[in-house]
Amino acid sequence: MPDGALPVLDVRGLKTVFRTRGGEVHAVNTVSFDLKPGELLGVVGESGSGKSVTMMSLIRLLPSPPADVRGGQVLFDGTDLLTCSDQRLRDIRGGKIGFIFQDPMTSLNPVFTVGFQIMEPLRRHMGLNKAQAAKRAAELLELVGIPDARQRLKDYPHQFSGGMRQRVMIAIALACDPQVLIADEPTTALDVTIQAQILELVKELRQKLGMAIIWITHDLGVIAGIADRVMVMYGGQIVEQAPVKELFRNPQHPYTRALLKTVPGVLGERPEKLNVIEGQPPILMSEPSFCAFRDRCAYAFDRCGHENPARVPIGAGHDVACLRAPVTGGSRDA
Amino acid sequence: MLDATPKAAAKTLVSVRGLKMYFPIHTGLLRRHTGDVKAVDDISFDILEGETLGLVGESGCGKSTAGRALIRLYDITGGSVKINGVEIGQAEQSVLRPMRPTMQMVFQDPQASLNPRMTLASIIGEPLEEHTKLSKVEKLARIYELMDAVGLNRTFANRYPHEFSGGQRQRIGIARALALNPKFIVCDEPIAALDVSIQAQVVNLLEELQDRLGLTYLFISHDLSMVRHIADRVAVMYLGKVVELSPRDEIYADPLHPYTEALLSAVPEPDPSLENTRERIILKGDVPSPANPPDGCNFCTRCPKVMDICRKVEPQFIEVMPGRFVACHLHGQTNQTTNQKPAG
Repeated sequence: MPDGALPVLDVRGLKTVFRTRGGEVHAVNTVSFDLKPGELLGVVGESGSGKSVTMMSLIRLLPSPPADVRGGQVLFDGTDLLTCSDQRLRDIRGGKIGFIFQDPMTSLNPVFTVGFQIMEPLRRHMGLNKAQAAKRAAELLELVGIPDARQRLKDYPHQFSGGMRQRVMIAIALACDPQVLIADEPTTALDVTIQAQILELVKELRQKLGMAIIWITHDLGVIAGIADRVMVMYGGQIVEQAPVKELFRNPQHPYTRALLKTVPGVLGERPEKLNVIEGQPPILMSEPSFCAFRDRCAYAFDRCGHENPARVPIGAGHDVACLRAPVTGGSRDA
Repeated sequence: MLDATPKAAAKTLVSVRGLKMYFPIHTGLLRRHTGDVKAVDDISFDILEGETLGLVGESGCGKSTAGRALIRLYDITGGSVKINGVEIGQAEQSVLRPMRPTMQMVFQDPQASLNPRMTLASIIGEPLEEHTKLSKVEKLARIYELMDAVGLNRTFANRYPHEFSGGQRQRIGIARALALNPKFIVCDEPIAALDVSIQAQVVNLLEELQDRLGLTYLFISHDLSMVRHIADRVAVMYLGKVVELSPRDEIYADPLHPYTEALLSAVPEPDPSLENTRERIILKGDVPSPANPPDGCNFCTRCPKVMDICRKVEPQFIEVMPGRFVACHLHGQTNQTTNQKPAG
């Protein structure tokens, strides 16, 4: 990944709120990040941490109301996606920015053939005619490893297994050679052996096609295997980001540390007792003026209660939002 | 026959022999019986008192069905299940009902397995109502005791399930399962619906309760890293059959069945330095339909080490090393006459 390259996607100060009957829920609180060309950016966090909402917000896929993208800028290709016209946005979505959703069972339309659904973006964005689109669709299915591609175009989603459907979703997302691919928990609904197939496929396609990928997951194992850089989200904010090896070797935010310790592996040492993070993730009814993790944090002190830490750089490409971070550096090793 | 396991002194609590659970397929206008989905097809194993047996496999392999069948939540197709010495495989409801307090279950989806119109106290108290003759005061005392045991605040007693988070709901499910002092609990994917940080809380709770109350668990899960943490022995299922059963450390260090090997290699490791160096076995294709399993070994369609014999002869589930059972032609199928005995 070239370090000095201009980002393909530049997100600044993104804020999203949901209006609910009980008040406003602040799901994304001033999130800023960028995505370099060809990079695979992993986004981890628990459910409710705002990782999906962030990605849905930036291409305006959330229904409004209840969602309200309240501020920020999303620069893609010289356009601010949050303010551009719907027409322009539709040209970009599904074209230059592809999206893979979590659940392959529900995100394909059951009443259209798989072929139709792959050809749809090709005809809409690339202006191909029916015959050209059909040819390209067959190539795409072959690319994602579905045997007998030409025949299978005529099949309906229910005739495919879960793993195969996720491959179809990937084929649709890749149809128009996107520069950015956003994958929202694409393997969570799949079995491990099928997940391994899909991960292998993504690695291969990345080398072949060279697009930038944002990969949302709660599975740290998946992240360890494919990401270049990782962002950890908590309470609608990015609490830490670092290159993947650095993050696993030298986690600095107490949440990242705790998260890494709660996840057992199948290799290496087997701990006698699992580490836990006590308590529950927060639901933020106002924009936090405090650290969202403070109630569950073993290192919390009084400043955490009335100051929301900003992210500060602590190493090459490594920054962390914790009031204790710059002071203690490596001394928090426990 | 239990000599092979480290806990030689422990006695067998659950003994399963040739358990079969078929679901009939009816087709055509007359709904004629045209076939069976062989969800669980002839499995045998023992669970020792005080141990946790992990049952792993991919979705659709029959692990949940096996768990439900062996505490007779289904009317099983064939085979025998003995719990605490009592045969319940083909037993009548009149025999089963007094057995129910011994065997309980924690369900996967804490949302769906709690009645939304009952308060926490009535949910936990329901088994007491059915199976004991406690007075109102005694019952409430027991409910509080159970709530303390699973870490629920006593002031929650009159709240409804929707007021709780996923992890707390799972604690309610566990408290309900514990109400009648069971010996054996089937945990059917108890942590699958929870977040990682909450999963660890629930797993630690289950372990702590096991130590304190001497419980025996069948822990059904697709999460191999969690099973490695909680289980003493691990059984791997594929397409309705147990393909391997071994003590935990052995199975993770040296899997015998090619499916176990592939399954373990597919689990992503949360450590980039280990993750990038390991060799991954990518299985081709999907699991065949349990309504129409292949001839010979069920795994022959995807096995990277498949031989001619695998497509013709079904391998026996035998003990190939002390305490290690496997159904594969690569492992000691020649001397099966001397070695063949059910898993224990």
